[in-house]
Amino acid sequence: MTVLNVAITNWFTSRNWTIHPHQKMMLDRADDPATLLIAPTGGGKTMAGFLPTLAELADGQHQGLHTLYISPLKALAADIKRNLRTPVDEMDLPMRIDDRTGDTPQSRKKRQRADPPHILLTTPESLALLTSYDDAARTFAGLQRVVVDEIHALAESKRGDQLMLALARLQTLCPNLRRVGLSATVDDPQAIAQFLARHPDSCEILQADPGPTPDIQMLETTEAPPWAGGGAAYSIPAVMQQIKAHNTTLIFHNTRAQAEIFFHNLWLANEDALPIGIHHGSLGREQRDRVEAAMVRGDLRAIVCTGSLDLGLDWGDVDLVIQIGAPKNVKRLVQRIGRANHSYNTPSKALLVPANRFEVVECRAALEAVREGDLDGEARGSGPRDVLCQHILIAACAGPFHADDLFAEMTSAGAFATLPRAEFDACLEFCATGGYALKAYDKWQRLLQRPDGRWQLRDPRATQRIRMNLGTIQDTDTLKVRLKRSRGGKPLGEIEEAFAATLTPGDTFLIGGQTVRYEGLRDMTVEVKRRSGKMPKIATFSGTKFATSTQLSSRILTLLQQDSWPNLPNHTADWLMLQREVSKLPQPNRLLIESFPHQDHPHLCIYGFAGRNAQQTLGLLLTKRMEEMGLDPLGFVATDYATMIWGLETLTDPEPLFDIAALRDGLDGWLGENAVMKRSFRGCATIAGLIERNTPSARKNGRQATFSSDILYDTLRKYDPDHLMLQITRTEALRGLVDFGRIEDMITRIQGNIDLLHLPRITPLAAPLLLEMGKVPIKGAGLEKLLEKEAAELMQKSGLANLPQ
Amino acid sequence: MTGYDFPLSGAQLTALGSGALYWPDQNLLCVSDLHLGKSERHARRGGTTLPPYETQETLARLEADLNQTQANTVICLGDSFDDDSAARALPEAEKDKIADLASRCRWIWITGNHDPAPANLPGELHDSFPLAPLTFRHIAEPDTSGEVSGHYHPKAKLRGATRPAFLLDQHRLILPAYGTYTGGLRSSDPALSTLMAPKAIAILTGPRPLAIPMPR
Repeated sequence: MTVLNVAITNWFTSRNWTIHPHQKMMLDRADDPATLLIAPTGGGKTMAGFLPTLAELADGQHQGLHTLYISPLKALAADIKRNLRTPVDEMDLPMRIDDRTGDTPQSRKKRQRADPPHILLTTPESLALLTSYDDAARTFAGLQRVVVDEIHALAESKRGDQLMLALARLQTLCPNLRRVGLSATVDDPQAIAQFLARHPDSCEILQADPGPTPDIQMLETTEAPPWAGGGAAYSIPAVMQQIKAHNTTLIFHNTRAQAEIFFHNLWLANEDALPIGIHHGSLGREQRDRVEAAMVRGDLRAIVCTGSLDLGLDWGDVDLVIQIGAPKNVKRLVQRIGRANHSYNTPSKALLVPANRFEVVECRAALEAVREGDLDGEARGSGPRDVLCQHILIAACAGPFHADDLFAEMTSAGAFATLPRAEFDACLEFCATGGYALKAYDKWQRLLQRPDGRWQLRDPRATQRIRMNLGTIQDTDTLKVRLKRSRGGKPLGEIEEAFAATLTPGDTFLIGGQTVRYEGLRDMTVEVKRRSGKMPKIATFSGTKFATSTQLSSRILTLLQQDSWPNLPNHTADWLMLQREVSKLPQPNRLLIESFPHQDHPHLCIYGFAGRNAQQTLGLLLTKRMEEMGLDPLGFVATDYATMIWGLETLTDPEPLFDIAALRDGLDGWLGENAVMKRSFRGCATIAGLIERNTPSARKNGRQATFSSDILYDTLRKYDPDHLMLQITRTEALRGLVDFGRIEDMITRIQGNIDLLHLPRITPLAAPLLLEMGKVPIKGAGLEKLLEKEAAELMQKSGLANLPQ
Repeated sequence: MTGYDFPLSGAQLTALGSGALYWPDQNLLCVSDLHLGKSERHARRGGTTLPPYETQETLARLEADLNQTQANTVICLGDSFDDDSAARALPEAEKDKIADLASRCRWIWITGNHDPAPANLPGELHDSFPLAPLTFRHIAEPDTSGEVSGHYHPKAKLRGATRPAFLLDQHRLILPAYGTYTGGLRSSDPALSTLMAPKAIAILTGPRPLAIPMPR
């Protein structure tokens, strides 16, 4: 047990503070190899993580790095540095604290490697980069403890897998390294503990007092939510009232686009000119920094934000959290609510704002789940091999290695503990030669085996390219947006390349809450001018869309079965009643399918309630079969509860389409060809190092230096169908984006009971799907026919068709 | 044969959906920018080890066009190889495949900026190749007529679909890149929009070639 230095105890006493029980427990277990602390935000969690470090460093004897603190956010690392500096100075403890992120200047980074501080605050990516240097052993000499903050968030992503592989490397360098994880409330603490601890070390789980039950309700508005859409513009007056009635309000949105629209509308309604900011991941760093700083100063009354504020900074003054749009996932909702009122003994206050009437139902179901403490979670499966490939390359950057040693090291990370040696070898082979059936790169292998059996980089200059491409965060291709000035205008943020391509000069769009006019593209930067008025376009961001969890979906289905809905507002109850009159309501043990004509094309709506990803897969599977049947499907759109498909031909006999066995058989053939797989491939191939996002000669002009990853994918499928990258893509897609598991669950649930209804027009429940973003075009015979028609029209209209060439 | 037929300086030509050009009167097939050996060059220059199948794939598509048209002359409009040493480093099987194709008909290699001198391959080597009323060369020249060239890898967009495209005006035709691992340049890029006359059209490749007013 660690004894607290008198300076530390005096500091607590001088402030009339007592050490929280969980902080004491962390001190008691300071020597354990791994400890997981689960505590609500505001419970002195960070201090609990650092107390043992302060105790051990208090005597000033320790040389070099002692504690590494890892957070998923750069901003958090910087914030903790400030928050830690104050008590450490007040306790007059002799220690150096520094942070290191992508934003740290090169000179300071260099100094940190040669002469590290006692406490280094960093991110998974910066840590991985540190381990890639040949002097890593010297940098980390003496390291005692690592504190992983917000580990519940990291454990859900490849960033966490990357972190754990980096920790495995550190544990090799510093065998006595002790690990501490700090987590918000989660459904399965044991899984996080296994993720944190070195395999097979044990890891004790400490639960801090969760604090009072949150006060959470649906926002009451005079106006009813619309039938469809995600903007929740109807709620603006009511939200404005709430902002006025509270000190500081965080207004969470599920997507960046929705946050932009909402902020725009809120601003138009802001008659009292209250200070309101916007914060999301596509905004320029300067802009985000400015909003965060204003927040810390307490200058803002409200912040419209996305998941970018799910974690991190302690905003002391936040006394209300508003969630716009259905929360999709009860666990995340609970964590978001925890962002309000960071003092330990007041209940967090939160309001849910459904964006449309279906979401009223979803919010009601989520409220009930929160009250019952029914958190949802899905197991993640074994460690992803694309991350493993990247870490083999990172290891090679640090110096030659024996395959046996690296295998032993990597399988000490919990997620990779069951990795078979053959799979590791395949990853190594991939890194060395590309791992192709055709041996083409004998001369140009990336890794070579030396006479002593160790592996090393063929060309030491490759380290630069590997480091440039390190990381697992997948950005879609984005373009920077700047104000047009004679010399480099102010950066406003980023938009996706696909959206930028739809703009023509003069178009206006929203970014960072301002309306700007597209002027042109220069040096791969979108130049804009400020411009008010005029209906702006909405930039699309294909950021992560979470699927409604299985638990929440099933609660919604159950709710729909009620004879009447006294627990729902009238407008929503009436709507459900209307659906029941003109069609049916979906049932847990049956599959409802509606068929109706709409806007020239026949439509099908399939209510699977399997979550967005699985409904999307269902769309792909069904359209594939419709294409084969000559029905010329044109596209589909999926939401969490249904898939809608439209095409050129009316479906006369839909029964064979929904033959479940055939769907399952079709998965294999179909799986290879669809856009979702190609997107997964792009991600895996980028992480594994096959595709480089950054090259020393960065893209400078409009000329596409490389061809699309789709071509690589198609080529591999044709000539090397068993290639490792395709295996990884498949594994990935099946559990993440494809989520076939939930289709199978749905099939089991309905037991072959399919109700197909032919209806004269679109139904109340189907209508919202028409306004969904993310329609997936089917590039088949139907599209070719339309393209042909449009090309002919364009030639005719322009007069070129009659022009002799 | 699905193709888009058009005249250029009096010659009747057909743009094939594959990105190849066919000239029925001469029974001539023309392709541009094959970039064979690209993955080898990529790895050699410190890049990653891309799937090394693009040469096979490009040759397979070329053979399919050759079989379909039964052309007795083939013109490769330059940048046929990603560079000269990529040409030399091709695996034997792929060199044999090229030799086999080239022995079936008259084969003309135009030199490009990537491959000034692809040696030791069957066929004739030319800087440019006139065949009245047309002239075949790698990079378009100003103030010409009846010119067929490549080099720019043009692409164009219709209804959100971007595809490699032929660009055509009264004086010249620019072919899309035929090679499997080739990127593209939008027709709206100044390099192309200033080169092509105002009434130029773009012929999108794909299952059926589609002509549209060239996007600028």
